[in-house]
Amino acid sequence: MSEVWLAIGVTAVVAAVLKAIGPAAVGGRELSPRATAVIAMLAPALLTGLIVADTFGAEGTLELDARIVGVAAAGVALALRAPMLVALAVAAVSTALVRAL
Amino acid sequence: MDGDASTSAAHPESFRDGVRAGLPLALPTLVVGVSFGVFTQSIGWGTVAPIVCSLVVFSGSAQFAMSSVLGGGGGVAPAVLAAALVNARFLPMGLALGPSLHGGRLRRAIEGQAMVDASWAIAVRGEGQFSRPILIGATLPQWAGWQLGTVLGVLGGDALGDPDRYGLDAVFPAFFLALLAVELRNRRAIPVALLAAAITLALVPVAPVGLPVVAAAAAALLGLRDA
Repeated sequence: MSEVWLAIGVTAVVAAVLKAIGPAAVGGRELSPRATAVIAMLAPALLTGLIVADTFGAEGTLELDARIVGVAAAGVALALRAPMLVALAVAAVSTALVRAL
Repeated sequence: MDGDASTSAAHPESFRDGVRAGLPLALPTLVVGVSFGVFTQSIGWGTVAPIVCSLVVFSGSAQFAMSSVLGGGGGVAPAVLAAALVNARFLPMGLALGPSLHGGRLRRAIEGQAMVDASWAIAVRGEGQFSRPILIGATLPQWAGWQLGTVLGVLGGDALGDPDRYGLDAVFPAFFLALLAVELRNRRAIPVALLAAAITLALVPVAPVGLPVVAAAAAALLGLRDA
């Protein structure tokens, strides 16, 4: 049991430090145009990474399952200018339907 | 276009707007919290440890990584390492966020604690800018959902059954997709997204969980062409 508490404590510190490093390192001063240009592209790069990992990843392997249908259906809903909440509901419902088949 | 700009200037975004933006994610976060609580019961964590874990760590992916390694008999050091790897994406995410936070290093480091994937993503304002009140506000409902979900899971959430049955695991990628679509209105972001997708797809089958998203950040170096 003490192993669990040790792991919880260290993980909490590590998580806090990882979130602190970027903000502490950058900001409060003018960045070079090159750094600004890269930082501006971090959002699309990381969003894409999160989408791909959350859609196709499963514990270190590539897994093609019902999530792909859900995310694609949400993409269609968004392309048809559906509100965000509707698109998220479409994602969940279509994924659940495919799994229920 | 001009109309949009003047409207947003007349109504600066508030924490309340952030809370509202984070609300759709409270339910999926709660359900993932329930599954974390249920999982910890299967590896004998008892009642208090998982609840404290969610309070002090507050990171679903890190908590699942750490507890599954520990539950599988992997020991403390590999468990913490797994959590650190999964959360390493907060390094590039924090670098992007830093200039938009307030105050000195310590204050920015503390404000950075509000960073969770979905809030970071909602707060993106393009051109490297982030909305600080949206980031912090949007984290609040997710924080509440995470804590409540963990408690429910610990106290017998297995009544819920397999959460994947409800398809809620597709909600987060769909959410990130909606936000990426906004980012891609900037044409320069399209090759960046394509390269990031290729990097992530290539690494998911071979790299440890968490690393592919960190590596995807390297696609932002394409921004140097515009500098």
